[in-house]
Amino acid sequence: MQTHQYDVVIVGAGGAGMRAALESSTRARTAVLTKLYPTRSHTGAAQGGMCAALANVEEDNWEWHTFDTVKGGDYLVDQDAAEVMAKEAIDAVIDLERMGLPFNRTPEGRIDQRRFGGHTRNHGEAAVRRSCYAADRTGHMILQTLYQQCVKQDVAFFNEFYVLDVLLTHDLTSGEVADGEQVQVSGVVAYELATGEIHVFRAKSVVFATGGAGKIYKTTSNAHTLTGDGMALALRRGIPLEDMEFFQFHPTGLAGLGILLSEAARGEGGILRNSDGERFMERYAPTIKDLAPRDMVARAMANEVREGRGCGPDKDYVLLDLTHLEPAHIDAKLPDITEFARTYLGVEPYTEPVPVYPTAHYAMGGIPTTIDAEVLRNNTDVVGGLFAAGEVACVSVHGANRLGTNSLLDINVFGKRAGIAAARYATEAPWVDLPEDPAGPVVGEIERLRDQAAGERVADVRRELQETMDANAQVFRTADSLTQAMDDVTSLKKRFAAVSVQDKGRRFNTDLLEAVELGFLVDLAEVVVAGALAREESRGGHFREDFPTRDDEKFLHHTMAYQRPAATGGTEIVLDHKPVTMTRYQPMERKY
Amino acid sequence: MTAVLENPEADAATEVGAVPSFDVTLRVRRFNPEADEPEAYWEEFTVTAYGTDRVLDALHKVKWETDGSLTFRRSCAHGICGSDAMRINGRNRLACKALLKDLDPAKPIVVEPIKGLPVIKDLVVDMEPFFASYREIMPFLVAGGPEPSAERRQSPAERERYDDTTKCILCAACTTSCPVFWTDGQYFGPAAIVNAHRFIFDSRDEGGAQRLEILNDKEGVWRCRTVFNCSEACPRGIEVTKAIQEVKRAMITRAF
Repeated sequence: MQTHQYDVVIVGAGGAGMRAALESSTRARTAVLTKLYPTRSHTGAAQGGMCAALANVEEDNWEWHTFDTVKGGDYLVDQDAAEVMAKEAIDAVIDLERMGLPFNRTPEGRIDQRRFGGHTRNHGEAAVRRSCYAADRTGHMILQTLYQQCVKQDVAFFNEFYVLDVLLTHDLTSGEVADGEQVQVSGVVAYELATGEIHVFRAKSVVFATGGAGKIYKTTSNAHTLTGDGMALALRRGIPLEDMEFFQFHPTGLAGLGILLSEAARGEGGILRNSDGERFMERYAPTIKDLAPRDMVARAMANEVREGRGCGPDKDYVLLDLTHLEPAHIDAKLPDITEFARTYLGVEPYTEPVPVYPTAHYAMGGIPTTIDAEVLRNNTDVVGGLFAAGEVACVSVHGANRLGTNSLLDINVFGKRAGIAAARYATEAPWVDLPEDPAGPVVGEIERLRDQAAGERVADVRRELQETMDANAQVFRTADSLTQAMDDVTSLKKRFAAVSVQDKGRRFNTDLLEAVELGFLVDLAEVVVAGALAREESRGGHFREDFPTRDDEKFLHHTMAYQRPAATGGTEIVLDHKPVTMTRYQPMERKY
Repeated sequence: MTAVLENPEADAATEVGAVPSFDVTLRVRRFNPEADEPEAYWEEFTVTAYGTDRVLDALHKVKWETDGSLTFRRSCAHGICGSDAMRINGRNRLACKALLKDLDPAKPIVVEPIKGLPVIKDLVVDMEPFFASYREIMPFLVAGGPEPSAERRQSPAERERYDDTTKCILCAACTTSCPVFWTDGQYFGPAAIVNAHRFIFDSRDEGGAQRLEILNDKEGVWRCRTVFNCSEACPRGIEVTKAIQEVKRAMITRAF
């Protein structure tokens, strides 16, 4: 076992982690621990753009952006946080441009902007051109640009280090630590993939930037590695997760595969059609049609399919039609996604419409934080020195449904804030002691998984988990479907305790890590389903067919889910609420 | 029901909407660093695949159903993250972009680690030497003058000038397809030059002269023998050899 000491440890090297590192490494001794080489992070898969009210091509302002974010999130957004994000969006884009990001340009040489779902002029009048972009590879450019700057600043990376525990001064798991008591972070425990060695990193500040958890679902745009590690580690250490029942299903995944086709396809003029060739979004969102927010479009698509207007031999998808667009326009603005259609489905988007169906895309929920990215351990108390930013966090700027492009914005705005806040905390706070035997629990779990002689396959348990989540906790949910999902997850949790891995080696044991990741997925699926069962209303990405309307009287609050010891042994999810912060906007009916 | 019992195979084949399946054999180069006497060897696995399956799906099938110790890197699974560059039937590709049906599944599909970097385990190589070369060419914007208050201006034509090389995902498919790189581990390799190109031809950048100085080194751009392997290998369709030629030309003319 090795021990290291840094002022700030950042966990994850996607957009949020590297944006934090750029701030923190100039102010405090910083290490970035990442389970992937930084440029492999899933920020690189983001396509369409990053919204900011630059008003480079038409009138716009950050207040409209704030409103769209709040309304898009079905009023579950904390409005102070949305305002911070929309205001700081402008500097965030300019920062990236100064770092060298190759944005597409207007004829005058300014950053070009395009339309995106739910982003409107003057509180919903019409779609507005707000998304700054680099073809349909904006996330790739952001990831590359941030990594380039990290190289320039000589940021210390520990690549292929899996963080498997976060160390705190108090045991929060039983919920017995009094409100107001000062709890602090003291470091993390990591597993080095190449050697199998355990490393303890002592740190004053720890920033979680570990990304999402899309792999709880079968059909997903997410990478294999998006297993909710940071969320699950926090949960297991007694920190709540906020609003996990809100999961975004992106309307246009390649049918059967889930690979993302950017909303930019519709921003550039693409149209969704059913088996009658009808532009069905005209019925669901008469004003902005195909550019309605993702939750509405995904539900509309699923509804067309279940009412028998799906396409293909099994009538199980709809079509994204780009055939009326000029091939040159497609090549200039949507080169990557049209190549995906060609490579993976053998469809030529110039002349044929592309089969699409909703795909699990983004966790609106996550580790609750303040607007300075400080992690909350209940509704009011922060954990000293612990920060989170990006998809792993819930600020909450996305509420019940994230608008397209607001995730790239989130990682830049709150990644930067997290880096500054973490460095500031590290320069002011004293060191706290590591717990006795800091690596004990991780070593125990690793050895248990590796040495368990024979048992169930990781892949079998994972597949069944993903299948029940797809079948029972997707776009449409009911008490029955969710109860089924909960029963399945409960039994899979038991089966997980008996999984074994075949690779008993120490070096580059990805078999073992997949088992560890499955443990995270099972825990998180339970939180998603518990929250979804309790929320007997429909709001944003969470749609209950048995409660099809929004119920502000009973449910205009955030869900706070805690993993607590169960009376019968093991753990259970205990739910609490947190009020939504309202500033300017009162909830209205959400029409587009 | 009776029909199924009588002739299950025929019935399954005519099932409406059934996706056709086929068997493929993967011939995989394996290496276990923890073996008593570590030595690379070949192992064959046969799996059932479907029309849209890629080499990565077949590898996953082996790992998840047959042999959990089979080791390879992967993440996004759609050609964006650059984790799973491998040598497939003698050509560098991303396993997640190589469809099985395009590879003649009648014959075993040969899968090896990319060449020229130390093998750690099975298909996993040590990427550090590759990233070290990348870091050497100053892969970041070097801008002079006062910080502008808004964005720097750049015309669409200026932006287009370096578009091709911005697509690089650092998967190393190009560098590890290069015979010069195989025989001389010191050569920067195509990927590093591609990333230098991305900045040298960016109108906002002022570090071009310095980068050209670095690439003028004996292990630099002149080692390129214009074999074109790199352009063929690039999963992003970057015209790698062309980019290298442009850098060579800029070195002579100092025009960029």
